[in-house]
Amino acid sequence: MTAAVTKSETPAGVAATSATKVMLEARDIVKDLGSGAGKVRALKGVSLKLNSGELTLLMGPSGSGKTTLLSILGCILTPTSGTLTVGGRPTSELSPEALANLRRSHVGFIFQSYNLFPTLTAEENVRLALDVRGSRGSDAVVAAQRALQKVGLRHKLKSYPANLSGGEQQRVAVARSLVGSPSVILADEPTAALDSENGVAVMSLLSQIAKDRSRAVLAVTHDPRTVPYADRILRIEDGLIVGEERRAEGVETVHELARTRKRKANA
Amino acid sequence: MTLTLAFRNLFHDRVRLSVTLIGILFSIVLVAVQLGLYLGARGMIISMIDRADGDLWIMAYGTKNFEEAQPIRARERYVALSTPDVVSATPLVTAFTDWRKPTGGSTLVVVIGADAEDGGLAPWNVVQGDVSGLGARDAVMIDKTYLAELGVNGVGDTAQVGASRVRVAGLTEGIRSFTVTPFVFTTLNRARQLIDMPADNITYVLVKVRPGANVETVRQAIRAQLPGDNEILTTAEFRDRSLSHWLFATGAGVALLGGAILGLIVGTVIVAQTLYSSTKDHLPEFATLRALGSSSGYINKVILMQAGLSALIGYGLGMTIALTIVFLSEHTALPIVMSPGLAALLLALTFAMCAISALSAIGKVMRIDPVMVFNR
Repeated sequence: MTAAVTKSETPAGVAATSATKVMLEARDIVKDLGSGAGKVRALKGVSLKLNSGELTLLMGPSGSGKTTLLSILGCILTPTSGTLTVGGRPTSELSPEALANLRRSHVGFIFQSYNLFPTLTAEENVRLALDVRGSRGSDAVVAAQRALQKVGLRHKLKSYPANLSGGEQQRVAVARSLVGSPSVILADEPTAALDSENGVAVMSLLSQIAKDRSRAVLAVTHDPRTVPYADRILRIEDGLIVGEERRAEGVETVHELARTRKRKANA
Repeated sequence: MTLTLAFRNLFHDRVRLSVTLIGILFSIVLVAVQLGLYLGARGMIISMIDRADGDLWIMAYGTKNFEEAQPIRARERYVALSTPDVVSATPLVTAFTDWRKPTGGSTLVVVIGADAEDGGLAPWNVVQGDVSGLGARDAVMIDKTYLAELGVNGVGDTAQVGASRVRVAGLTEGIRSFTVTPFVFTTLNRARQLIDMPADNITYVLVKVRPGANVETVRQAIRAQLPGDNEILTTAEFRDRSLSHWLFATGAGVALLGGAILGLIVGTVIVAQTLYSSTKDHLPEFATLRALGSSSGYINKVILMQAGLSALIGYGLGMTIALTIVFLSEHTALPIVMSPGLAALLLALTFAMCAISALSAIGKVMRIDPVMVFNR
């Protein structure tokens, strides 16, 4: 497996290439948590851009501000200062309901613990993401089934989360994040609860999803197994982006290597 | 999906669902019985007044209810009859007296005396015998409900009222008294004899006004001719006064309505508690919904649907039990009444109770920190 990434010359992917589009942009994000003597500055001025067609990894030690940043990028938390633009829309003046509206239009989430509804089947869990967007009826059912088919779970439509393996549950969560065609997918430690095989399967899936030129994917992770799938890696420490590595031109990701290998084998 | 989610959340924890349903069920049954008793009592209190064929009642000043009235002079009837637009003025006699059972012992009864040919107030729901049979010597008519209490078995049996012998000439069904004191129907003169009332006394004059005439004008005209120790009430006023006396002056109605309110409060607290704890258990899921971008309205809808489903199931179970109790009480001295209006009111109260209960759960969900989705 080749993990080929190089140090980038530009800060946190500020410049998108002509083929890509900036799907999300954060500038000088500061976030204070707590109040009074217990106040902590979790983010100290983070700027980044997420470009379409890219899988970006956000890596850093515990307490570095990864989850806080992810929450802000997903419009779940509002920054103390700084600006965030999602899908071309600034978020600073938006009410909680308007932020929720922005989330449902532009953001898909994948959680470490999958966060599936235990009382709903796989298909219903996926369909729920459409339901909150107001998309119902047979079209929603078909869309949910297609999303599950994309993640290889067409045969598990009627299965409840309790009857699915961890990897399958995370693939349902991936399908749920995809089904509303968001412009940004944010994944929080997507492989942390998975064994090696399932972790590889999920990262492979995210890597494929990121190839879509209408979408950017950001995954927060500790897991070194995920590195080969990345187009770009952002390093965060003490609430600041301290480094960015970009896959070098002409160096294949593990995903591309696998495809090359398959082509060669077929030939 | 909101309905599916609400339904699954509800049925996910069967124990909690059972507690919720038992809370609603007890509440519904308690409220149904209390309000059913209230309606039953109300019906019994006003049944005589509503059955009497008249527009105005002449009675002794300060009469509080149908059963307890002081005598007035019988000639007041002729004063009424001489008033323009009066079609009829029927004398009635009512009074409490003792019924001596043939088997020994005595019980209090309300004697009602009216002549059938006057058409003022005759027994109804007659199941045995005939109203015209009251003209026979010693004849009285009683309700089946009170046979045992009066120590008789049916038509033909005799007893003693005051110093006179009476013979059961007919039976009615469902004419019950709020005071649980049996009514004894007889003719006007025999009633006077049974209660030892002078021949020139009566209890009420029931005045019927010509159709289309102004009742208030007729009342003023009669009042102008009567002495001040009488008063004249419309049927509606007399009904309200009787209800006010028995239900509120005695505290009986307050107790019944108080019990109903208590039932609602207990039900609301139980449902609120279980719904709140159910919502608390499902908080991570609601936080996930929030993270997925659902509006507050969407989440509120799920919680309200949970409450609504609980209400519907609880109402169904509660009404089944309440209707059984209503059926069992049908032939007792204090029947519980279930009208379509009361059933609809109970349904509305159940939904309102569950909606109010849902408020605490909604409050909890509104305070969710969606960041918790990352900390599960």
